[in-house]
Amino acid sequence: MEFFGLGILTWITFLPIVGMVIVLLLPKENKDAIRWTSAIFTGLQVVLAIIIYMNFNRGMAGINTQEGFQFIEKATWIDIKSVAWFGRVQIEYFMGIDGLSVLMVILTALISFIAVFASWEIDKAVKGYFALLLLLDTGMMGVFVALDFFLFYVFWEVMLLPMYFLIGIWGGPRREYAAIKFFLYTLLGSVLILLAILALYFSVSVNDPVTGEKIHTFNMLAMMNPANFEPGSILAGMNTSWRYIAFIALFIGFAIKVPIFPFHTWLPDAHVEAPTAISVILAGILLKMGTYGLLRISYPMFPDATVFYQIPMAILGFINIVYGALVAMAQEDFKKLIAYSSISHMGIVVLGMAAFNTQGMTGAILQMFNHGTITAMLFLIVGVIYDRAHTRGLSEFGGLMNQMPKYAAVMSIAFFAALGLPGLSGFISEAFAFLGAFQSFRWITIASTVGIVLTAGYMLWTLQRVFLGTLPERWKTLPDINGRELFTLVPLAVIVIVLGIYPSPAIDLLTSAVNTLVDVVGQSGGMAMGGQ
Amino acid sequence: MLEQIVHSVKLLQPETALAVTFCVLLVLDLVVRRKSNLAAWLALLGLVVTAFFVLQQASSGQNSIFFNMLAVDSFSVFFKFVILASSFLIILFSLQSDELNSGTRRLGEYYSLIIALTLGMFLMTGASNLLMMYLSIELTSISSYILAGYTKEAEDSSEASLKYVIYGAVSSGMMLYGISMLYGLTGAVDIYGINRALTEGDINLMALMIASILMVAGFGYKISAVPFHFWTPDVYEGAPITITAFLSVASKAAGFAMMMRFFKVSFLDPTVGNLAMGAWASFQGFEWNQLLAAISVLTMTLGNLVAIWQNNLKRLLAYSSIAHAGYMLMGVVVLSNEGLAAVLIYFVVYLFMNLGAFYTVMIVANKTGSEDIEAYKGLGYRTPLIGVAMTIFLLSLTGIPPTAGFVGKLYLFAALINGKWFWLVVIGALNSVVSLYYYVRILRNMFLKTPERSAEPIQFSFAHVTILLVLLIPTILLGVYFGPLVEYAQASLVMFGIQ
Repeated sequence: MEFFGLGILTWITFLPIVGMVIVLLLPKENKDAIRWTSAIFTGLQVVLAIIIYMNFNRGMAGINTQEGFQFIEKATWIDIKSVAWFGRVQIEYFMGIDGLSVLMVILTALISFIAVFASWEIDKAVKGYFALLLLLDTGMMGVFVALDFFLFYVFWEVMLLPMYFLIGIWGGPRREYAAIKFFLYTLLGSVLILLAILALYFSVSVNDPVTGEKIHTFNMLAMMNPANFEPGSILAGMNTSWRYIAFIALFIGFAIKVPIFPFHTWLPDAHVEAPTAISVILAGILLKMGTYGLLRISYPMFPDATVFYQIPMAILGFINIVYGALVAMAQEDFKKLIAYSSISHMGIVVLGMAAFNTQGMTGAILQMFNHGTITAMLFLIVGVIYDRAHTRGLSEFGGLMNQMPKYAAVMSIAFFAALGLPGLSGFISEAFAFLGAFQSFRWITIASTVGIVLTAGYMLWTLQRVFLGTLPERWKTLPDINGRELFTLVPLAVIVIVLGIYPSPAIDLLTSAVNTLVDVVGQSGGMAMGGQ
Repeated sequence: MLEQIVHSVKLLQPETALAVTFCVLLVLDLVVRRKSNLAAWLALLGLVVTAFFVLQQASSGQNSIFFNMLAVDSFSVFFKFVILASSFLIILFSLQSDELNSGTRRLGEYYSLIIALTLGMFLMTGASNLLMMYLSIELTSISSYILAGYTKEAEDSSEASLKYVIYGAVSSGMMLYGISMLYGLTGAVDIYGINRALTEGDINLMALMIASILMVAGFGYKISAVPFHFWTPDVYEGAPITITAFLSVASKAAGFAMMMRFFKVSFLDPTVGNLAMGAWASFQGFEWNQLLAAISVLTMTLGNLVAIWQNNLKRLLAYSSIAHAGYMLMGVVVLSNEGLAAVLIYFVVYLFMNLGAFYTVMIVANKTGSEDIEAYKGLGYRTPLIGVAMTIFLLSLTGIPPTAGFVGKLYLFAALINGKWFWLVVIGALNSVVSLYYYVRILRNMFLKTPERSAEPIQFSFAHVTILLVLLIPTILLGVYFGPLVEYAQASLVMFGIQ
């Protein structure tokens, strides 16, 4: 699918860059023009995402065959001819999506669009803010559509700098600390990923279709085919210790983004200090990159190591769920509470992923999307109250139900979705994830369900602390939620409700991909499937 | 005999051009008494002529001239280009430096010394005889001693110069001792002869080890590798910033070129390894690369860890350049053409990003008179162009895509991984994470802090912007399209005497 000679994925990825250039050219006094330009370009992105959704072929599987991918774009980017002692180097501009990425593409477009409106009240260096936001948008979208590992890595790293500045300049009181912590942590993860990429690069070679010469490649799909591994190369074979080490390097890199315990400590700091819109993006999209990377890269490239580390992964998922929930329960700061609840909910994704069966993986991917929408709502909700009261201390609120009825309604939807109330989207994905996990490892799953109870506990307790009780004198003038804020929240609420009642539109997108991924892990990992 | 000399003289054109330029500048400085920039423009002209001759050499194949004194091969031509580019840029920087142009100081001598320094480095890139190596190092060093102390009124400049002399004297003394030991062991002073003697004869490995450690002292001093780096921070801080920038790039390039040639050619075992495939071996288990691996780890780790604590940007960049020398040493350790190619690629990248960072520091120092990190507070708001340019240079130094620095690191890491040096590559990777911290400290001051004092924007002219762009565009472009650079570097690995 092409517009003006360029594929739709190129458009959806680089539209924000075009927007960024326009924003940079606008005079900095003209703040509304800057805001509207950003809104238009992210809006166009949403339109493209809808077009992708409409035209997405639900039957095509993807994962490890190029034929299974859709909207493919492939062009040679860098081609260095071989010398006697070093083979040809080929880096491709290779993009495509399948069931694994399509939901993430839609989520990225949607959350970025909402983030622009959530940033409307930003008044400090508006031009720089929106330029960086748009650059970040391109980086995120690129990660989800890239199928060449080099390209993927470039997008992965492009996000770091805008994120650093967005937290560091527009954040809260401890913003500098939070920003550098984020930067250092993620760069540490990135260099480990880079080393794993290089090891894969030297282990995999494909034949050039024209000349027949062997070339090393960064093509992700080629790296997923065990036949392409050169005998004697470092990652050749199955179940070798180097493969386990490479898997761990990738895993740490991705786990830092998720964040999986014990690599999670940057997240609460980053969330608490970041401005609302950036928290929304961080929780809504950035965290998903970690689990997406595991599913897109670690699973199909290292199925043997994935199976080998199944139980440790499940245990980490369990720790995330319960530890996140316990720490969330102890929080006084509204935003920190949501941040830890994110850790807890991402644990469900990890647990579902580790199950290696259709239900578990479907649940995991769906949970990635649902958590994206629900947590985005939660952070927006925190932003609403913080903008009015300039405090996030939960004990300072109370009795706001009558003062801010519309706000109470929206917040209740988000909170009940987060605690997994049937009829809202969170329930479906959590149920799938636990169902799958239960078949694979019973006791870990049973232990993890404690997390659900705890989640219900702190969520309801938070609702109670904010809305029930007596209204303190100082909040008697708080205005209810306004139109712009509703505009950011209502679309998400609609998605949460619709997918809670009728999840098929989302599940249909990913079924073929999930089945293929389960097969890939099952066959190459040498493990019997489901129910055992 | 005569034929050889005629042939050699022909291939010595670039060096001759530099020598002539040097003499002309010297005389000019005596004749023209008033202050003018004529010397700078003449020096630039001399460099252009030299570049023309080097271009001719690029197609003249592999030669050894003056009875194996100097090699003129693709390898040396590559480094000559790097050195020429940095001399050219440094002279342009000098024209704009307030530090140098203040007062009534005449700069004829300064420019002539830069040319002499360039000449010394040219000889270093090709030196294939131990005596030639020693002489070219001395020529480079003596010119740099004077240049480091060029702003005589500044005390730290004189201190820098003196420290430089003392450390330099010790190192070159050690190196000379190493040379004499090598000569005693092998009976040869040219590296080809040494290689023959080593492969044929029965050599005392212990003595050879000591001799090469002493040689490393000389090389290590030039590339400021730990533990021969002690002069670096003080000299870099005290010297005029143009000279600091020059030493950090060109002098290192020349040192690396000489070291790589010496180790590869002298200690090559032609019977083991597969040269055609780019891997070679050192003879009889003489593992000099283990020694370099240790130095490399120490160099980058110390450079990065100490840089964290620096508040003076010149000093910070000095330690950062020590760390970068450590990264580049990793490429030499691998004993493969891939590793050497990675070093060559890294030098081109490093040329642009490091000079870019130093140039930005110079512009800011011109205006604020300070190189302290505090002077950078709010710079990103006062002068966005400079703030953004500095950001890109620093990101490139960290090695974050899509900048050129990433490509340099990528090739280094790739060579190490392919050569199965996993522990070293992990240390290298962790070091780049550490380096992020102090580079980001500058970003933090530029963008996250608001200016304290008079928040005037920094004025810059069209010339400033041009030079900034000349450095900035390659820093980004080589990050997204590096095919030609890699191909050229890979083709430039041919040294005379090795097929």
